[in-house]
Amino acid sequence: MLGSGLLQGLGVTAKNLVGSFHDPKRLTTVEYPEQKTKLPEAYRNFPFLVSESAEDPMGTLRCVACQICEKECPPQCIYIEKSKDKKPDATGKMQIYPAVFLIDSSVCMNCQICVEVCPFDAIKMDHEYEIATTERFNALLLDREALAKPNTYFHAIRPEEAAEVDGRLAAERKAAEEKAKAAAQAKAAAAAAKPAAPPSAVPPKAEPPTPSAPA
Amino acid sequence: MTPSPLLPSGGATVRAVNDEFHGDLLEVSMGPHHPSTHGVFRMVVTLDGERITKLKPVLGYLHRNHEKIGEATSYLASMPYTDRLDYLNAMTNNWAYALAVERLGGLAVPERAEYLRVILAELSRLQNHVCLAGFLLQDTGASGTPLMYAFREREKILDLFESLSGSRMMCNFQRFGGCRTDASPAWLAQVSSLVGGFGRFLDEFEELITGNEILMARTQGVGVLKGPAAVSAGITGPMLRAAGVGYDIRKVDGYGLYPRFSFRVPIGAHGDTYDRYMIRILEMRESIGILEQALRDIPAGPIMDPKAKLRGFRPKPGESYGRIEGPKGEIGFYLISDGSANPYRYRVRPPSFVNLTVLEDLCLGHTIADSVVILGSIDIVLGEVDR
Repeated sequence: MLGSGLLQGLGVTAKNLVGSFHDPKRLTTVEYPEQKTKLPEAYRNFPFLVSESAEDPMGTLRCVACQICEKECPPQCIYIEKSKDKKPDATGKMQIYPAVFLIDSSVCMNCQICVEVCPFDAIKMDHEYEIATTERFNALLLDREALAKPNTYFHAIRPEEAAEVDGRLAAERKAAEEKAKAAAQAKAAAAAAKPAAPPSAVPPKAEPPTPSAPA
Repeated sequence: MTPSPLLPSGGATVRAVNDEFHGDLLEVSMGPHHPSTHGVFRMVVTLDGERITKLKPVLGYLHRNHEKIGEATSYLASMPYTDRLDYLNAMTNNWAYALAVERLGGLAVPERAEYLRVILAELSRLQNHVCLAGFLLQDTGASGTPLMYAFREREKILDLFESLSGSRMMCNFQRFGGCRTDASPAWLAQVSSLVGGFGRFLDEFEELITGNEILMARTQGVGVLKGPAAVSAGITGPMLRAAGVGYDIRKVDGYGLYPRFSFRVPIGAHGDTYDRYMIRILEMRESIGILEQALRDIPAGPIMDPKAKLRGFRPKPGESYGRIEGPKGEIGFYLISDGSANPYRYRVRPPSFVNLTVLEDLCLGHTIADSVVILGSIDIVLGEVDR
């Protein structure tokens, strides 16, 4: 019969209309901004820099200014300048740090490649998405003060990944300490065996942290 | 001087042109900001009354030098750019590109990663086809309802993509020699429950629209594409199969693990717009079958080739072509390596662009309102057409 297909279709819409009043699970939207959906842990938006402490974020950045992310970034939105001096990193080794670290978030395309190539777990993807500004130029060029967020924030947004990273860093720190201790003992033993030999000017070299692919 | 009907109009959107055979014709410039053109695409249509006597597609508004960027950046850095080609199907674009690079670099893909790729590609096909069905109905004038039902289901698939890859559409998930992250058992269970419910959604969607008399009147016999014409124009994908040619790269090439799966390739009988709609519905039903088999058989194991490295990938000099059956057709990447970190040549074979070449042939003789429906049934994404 002509028109039966139409009526059948109208029946489907009527069923959905009535159903959404009876079953809240059939409602597929949320009332943003009053309600928000829960983001999955893997969700990524713009990158941020992880710092060890919330009090002194600039002094405890994990970034050692190795510039790998700057080189690998597909749209080339990262700019890094190395520092002249050094300070201890997460594993206690003296490292240079980024004197300037800029991300142009108007160019960044949220691809996560900087996170994947970083051997120091220093840059991670953020969950923040309400990032509108009223200024087009300087407000979108993020410096290291704007990018730095403490490790506690990283734990809050990505608990599984952060716990895994912390465990790995702790193991590396312990290995480095044990190696330094063993080297010091060996040096002391050598010094005791050969008291006439002049002391070596070169301090024992700590093992560089082994870069491992982020999970 | 009489303006030639061949030339697109410069300023005015509508103007009268004179043709010695037809008398007064009207040239209408549809687009580039016309909502029915699915992006920034312009059709310069010459009309005799309501009938189309000439149609000139104008492309390139979204051109962004994709291929040249691919030659200027490393192999890895091109991967997120491929998301932006056909931005509905980042997963299949990633796979085609990864396939080309894996052939170039001689990398093997572990079995679990292959299964994951099949699962993600078929999910991508589901959400692309459901999107197309919704948009096609929107183009015929079924304003809102079918598109919203389609988007409700698509959103569930995009949520799965988001929880696995981090992004709904710009997934950037495949890597050379495997996948970026492993899927948890909870994620696979979510996919199973979605796949279990998708058949019911398709039944509901078909009940809503497939038997609708208005849809039939608007699409049957409109924009007929015959098999030989489709083959000589290089059409691929659902459009070719709707024209009656049984050509599916999943069967022809057997890339990935597709030879292990049993599925049928639906073929159209008339090649009209209604066939192109139905082919997509039938392909979705086949995809559900593939997904069920993949979810049943997916093994445990590594997801990356141990030989593969993320940075500093330098394949030996040579060339390769990787193609897969994307939801829109054959998406292929042709790469030439000169041994350096960047490809010497990086070429995309975009299905949307090639399928669009027959637009004028399909539209001639139909009314201007039909041209919108025909364009909708071709299933183009301008990010891929213009690159």
